Amino acid sequence: MTMLDWLQDYTIQNVVIGAALLGLISGVLGSFAVLRKQSLLGDTLSHAALPGVCIGFIIAGTRNMGSILLGALVSGALAALLMLVLTRNSRLKTDAGLGITLSTFFALGVVLLTYIQGMNNASQGGLDSFLFGQAAATLRSDLWIMGGITVAALGLVALLWKEFKLVSFDPGFAASLGLPVVWLDVLLTVMIALAVVVGLQMVGVVLMAAMVIAPAVAARQWSHRLEGMVTLAAVIGVSGGIFGALLSALSRGLATGPLIILSVSSVVLVSLLFAPERGFVWEAVRLRRSRRRLRYQQVLTTLYQLAAAHADSTYRSGQGMIDTYHGISTQRALHKLHRRGYVVHHAPPPEEPNTAGQWVLTPAGLSEAERILESLGREEL
Amino acid sequence: MLAAFFDNIPLMIMLVGMLVGIASSLVGTFLVLRGSSMLSDAIGHSIVFGIVIVWLLTHQQSGPIQIVGAALTGILTVFLTELLINTQRVKEDAAIGLVFPVLFSIGVLLLNLYARDVHIDTHTVLLGEIGFVWLDTVTLGDFRVPISLLSMGGMTLINGLFVLLFYKELKLATFDAPLAKALGFAPGVLFYALLMLTSSTAVAAFDAVGAVLFVAFVIVPPSTAYLLTNRLWLMFVYGALVSVLSSVSGYYLAVMWDVSIGGMMAVMTGVFLLLAFLVGPHYGLLAQMARRREQRRMNENRTLAVHLYNHESGPEQAVENVTRALREHLHWDAAKARRVVQRSREQGHILQNGEWLYLTPAGRAIAREILEPTQL
Repeated sequence: MTMLDWLQDYTIQNVVIGAALLGLISGVLGSFAVLRKQSLLGDTLSHAALPGVCIGFIIAGTRNMGSILLGALVSGALAALLMLVLTRNSRLKTDAGLGITLSTFFALGVVLLTYIQGMNNASQGGLDSFLFGQAAATLRSDLWIMGGITVAALGLVALLWKEFKLVSFDPGFAASLGLPVVWLDVLLTVMIALAVVVGLQMVGVVLMAAMVIAPAVAARQWSHRLEGMVTLAAVIGVSGGIFGALLSALSRGLATGPLIILSVSSVVLVSLLFAPERGFVWEAVRLRRSRRRLRYQQVLTTLYQLAAAHADSTYRSGQGMIDTYHGISTQRALHKLHRRGYVVHHAPPPEEPNTAGQWVLTPAGLSEAERILESLGREEL
Repeated sequence: MLAAFFDNIPLMIMLVGMLVGIASSLVGTFLVLRGSSMLSDAIGHSIVFGIVIVWLLTHQQSGPIQIVGAALTGILTVFLTELLINTQRVKEDAAIGLVFPVLFSIGVLLLNLYARDVHIDTHTVLLGEIGFVWLDTVTLGDFRVPISLLSMGGMTLINGLFVLLFYKELKLATFDAPLAKALGFAPGVLFYALLMLTSSTAVAAFDAVGAVLFVAFVIVPPSTAYLLTNRLWLMFVYGALVSVLSSVSGYYLAVMWDVSIGGMMAVMTGVFLLLAFLVGPHYGLLAQMARRREQRRMNENRTLAVHLYNHESGPEQAVENVTRALREHLHWDAAKARRVVQRSREQGHILQNGEWLYLTPAGRAIAREILEPTQL
């Protein structure tokens, strides 16, 4: 198969388009979920979609994508509602509320799955593919539904951008402005259920959690603005989705869902390490650099104070003494000072020929040491 | 007699269900109280990774090595999650949701690559099949004992011993971690031990109920107990009780409707939670509503008593301390005024003579309790 044939393959096209749609919607909506500290909502809602999938199937009597997805949406929304009622009206905390709805709804889904299997309906085949997703079974008609949902969700985000932004960052202020905070909350939650619905076919209920969280977390490392974060999350979601889908198409036999999750998660890893400013590597470099600067400044002031204590600006301090004073080898710091012209080296005195020699401050070193001490003194004040 | 016991399939299934519930809620109680319930979800999913790795290395699907492997996977999950949190770039919930899907994905892909022809398939891992626990048995003396019964019994014992031995320390670390630390206990180490036991329990349970239903047994019975009591030891009792009841009722309902037994047991834990939420004695929704209504009535009685007390034996008594005045001065409608007057009379706070209302000594005490609280 040449590259062109390969790209024209019907199944591969469907999978790639589906993965891209999933990346788009979950990247955008996930950004809000992560900012609102509701990252695990996606996990709960996707598990809670299972009973809805089954009920949609039972009602339609066949594997009709529309009714299945509608069922998933309804049961996801019900789960979110139940969670809110539980945590608002009892002493249970959010984590328990999430866990309770996740596990009991999923259990109900398992019960319904076995019930459907007992009905001996021939068209039930592949219903449990929603557990792990079955990207290869995506049809063109499924794509139209997924695309429609994505467009609707993105349209809503564009329309209510200002409101969503305010509710995400400062719900108290939003409420004081008279915004219907509770309704906006509910809307954002239901929209995550929409993203889950799009993801059911592609990655399945188990892995949806990461699809909501990962693009947003990765994008957050690169941008301080909501606009940038949402756009970038969408880009990361889409490209991660496409990459994972292509990878699984290339390596016949590897599941699509896990590959998509792993590609998006690698972007998270890279972002955490290398993003400018927030990147971990850069922070380590900065830390090391400032530690070194501190070290050579300390050595310089030590030399200065030794000279002052002996009332001799050309006092020769032995390197061994400076090492002992700091408790570590100051070789590097002294050479750095030497390169900058703050100190000069003298051979060891004849009475101790095996030591590393002696160091004397230059006039430039003297004034630099005074400058450092003065700035330290200012900070103390 | 004992042989009949071990050959009784329904009994074996229910017993395994109960043990899964009891072992899980022993550790789950602390997770729920600490606010880290979702870690059980993460652990439940990521042990798939551990199970696959141990299988690839040793070709053992169950047994002690698998349980140790799972414990390590659980630790790995929590370690990676805390590592992410400590970078301060990612919030706790996002960190949990990032780590376990990655481990789960790697597990699934490894299964795709290497383990096509084994019994571990991802469905079993996720869902389990408690209905088949009696198929895997070992011969112990003269009896054929289900392996799951043994492993769950063992886990229940270990978890129970852990809780019993470290009861005081766990209690302190859960409710006041800084104090525990200051007193020289190591709350962090205890917590990791707890999570290790959680993962081991997950692996022992996954044959029976699978990774996701396991989450139900960890979180739901302790949450139910939390809605019923304030005492830690009672939480364990209630948690065990909910587990037993859910296993029994879940089994019979599942058989009746011919559906997944493990699933039905988990659904039943949810039903009991809902019951506790609605009709629990103190924290239940109905009890809360009743309490609020009682409070409202008490306040109305107090208002009336204070009103009468303020104008008692004053010049305006004739205008104020009559039923008519309540409408204008307290803004009560006729029905409400009649209700409050009647209730206050029944409770002996006031006396009524035609239009006139008088405080009894009891009513006067109520008014003074509010107006002069320091002089009592």
